[in-house]
Amino acid sequence: MNRRKSRLMRVTSGVYAAFIFLFLYAPIAVLIALSFNESKLRSSWGGFSLKWYASLLQNDRIISALGTTLLLALLSAAIATVIGTAAAIGLHNLRGPFRSVLLNLTYIPMLNPDIVTGVALLLLFTFVGYSMGFSSLLLSHIAFNIPYVVMSVLPKLKQMNPNLLDAAMDLGMKPATAITKVVVPEVMPGVVTGFLLAITMSIDDFVISFFTTGPGVSTLSIEIYSMTRRGVNPEINALSTIMFVVVLALLIAVNLRSGQKGGEMINIG
Amino acid sequence: MKYKGITYSYVVYAFTFFLAPLLLILFYSLTASDGGSVSFTLENFTRFFDFSNPQYMKVLGNSFRIAGIATLLCLLLGYPMAYILASLKPRLRAFLSLLFILPMWMNFLLRTYAWMSLLETNGIINTLLSKLGLPALQIMYTEKAVILGMVYNFLPFMILPIYNTLIKLDPSLLNASDDLGASPWQTFTRVTLPLSKPAILSGINMVFMPSVTTFVISRLLGGSSTALIGDIIEKQFKLVDDKGFGSAMSVIIMIFVFGLVALTREKDSEEVSL
Repeated sequence: MNRRKSRLMRVTSGVYAAFIFLFLYAPIAVLIALSFNESKLRSSWGGFSLKWYASLLQNDRIISALGTTLLLALLSAAIATVIGTAAAIGLHNLRGPFRSVLLNLTYIPMLNPDIVTGVALLLLFTFVGYSMGFSSLLLSHIAFNIPYVVMSVLPKLKQMNPNLLDAAMDLGMKPATAITKVVVPEVMPGVVTGFLLAITMSIDDFVISFFTTGPGVSTLSIEIYSMTRRGVNPEINALSTIMFVVVLALLIAVNLRSGQKGGEMINIG
Repeated sequence: MKYKGITYSYVVYAFTFFLAPLLLILFYSLTASDGGSVSFTLENFTRFFDFSNPQYMKVLGNSFRIAGIATLLCLLLGYPMAYILASLKPRLRAFLSLLFILPMWMNFLLRTYAWMSLLETNGIINTLLSKLGLPALQIMYTEKAVILGMVYNFLPFMILPIYNTLIKLDPSLLNASDDLGASPWQTFTRVTLPLSKPAILSGINMVFMPSVTTFVISRLLGGSSTALIGDIIEKQFKLVDDKGFGSAMSVIIMIFVFGLVALTREKDSEEVSL
């Protein structure tokens, strides 16, 4: 890609990239601006104010939805990481047609549209008469997070030297110990990536949560969706601005550290 | 076989939470329950494929058309962006590609909602346009706003796979093409583009699928006339409680989606590339 480019080409590219970034960031700029808007109306600017940040702390609905969202994300990601890593180790050592059957089964929640996954889980819970609430949300989030963990861990297992495990067992380790002491540390980077992906997916999810939650249990996304009908409370804008700044700071920190090694971006897309 | 325990317990889990729910969708779509008795029926499907009143097929067709336009726009906008990004120095492009992921960390509903402030009749864009003496844009609550919402939300899914492929292209291939007398345009169409085809297919997949099944974007930005298939499915479960018909539509959309995945997936790779 290191081809000579004319000046015109470079200017055109720059303008084009700026246009795309403007397109992606315009709504975010609007949200951040509205979080500082004195007026509650999104169509008029009433002057700069921090009042939505102050009243955010008093809004029990939003704070409880935030708590549910974070607890759900951490718990579901942690459990999905344990199950997903074990599943990846099992899958890696499986041979024959059963392997590809199980692998395809694992990727179903990732390939299926969210609405189908949500509806399918809703039917499962109602069919067995499970009362829906936080636990049904948790089970659903674990289910759709597992494929992301498996997908992150499997490539690391493939890269691992297969003789390591044999060596550990030749030296007298029990298989279970060999897995936890040799295999798991070896694939740790994949496990961490899977965990982070799972947290992101869980926080970002709306559709599956919408179908699998019960009365009185709301995540931030569900709360926001119900707000869009009667007008979004500016306190939500304040909260999103805070979350955005936190993520931005984390990303810059990570990027500065991995930038030294010429690291490429995280491959989510 | 030392991994049997792990594998079997995972098999139980996967069947319960991945396979059983899908079988239940199929079950509900093919049965009618009358009080206590459950009987087999194709009524849910004949209701959808009713040629004397093709309202549901029209919605499905419309969803495909709108999602198709959005996907095409994402490709046309996203490919040049991925190409520009890939041609930058590694440090700069690593940073800029992070900027594409960053918006995804702000709630997707809120970002879509923010477009209302930008697009509405007295919104920010129209205020700017009128200051410049330009005619106002009237696209809020139309199909165009829905397409814009889709392009906005899913453009990164098109850019990232293409970008990831382009940065791994072997530069000696491009140099060879250049040395053999190809113009930059020929090098692009004969070398770069064919090599990025798998990434384009995966981008198309990742934009088209969420677009064709969304009900949030159409609900927020579209009017009553732009109901998509996702809206109709959502209504069956949340409003009218018609599990059978909702399940039948889920089955139909699933068949289309897996058909598309099968068509665009690389034959030799067994792992899914995200």
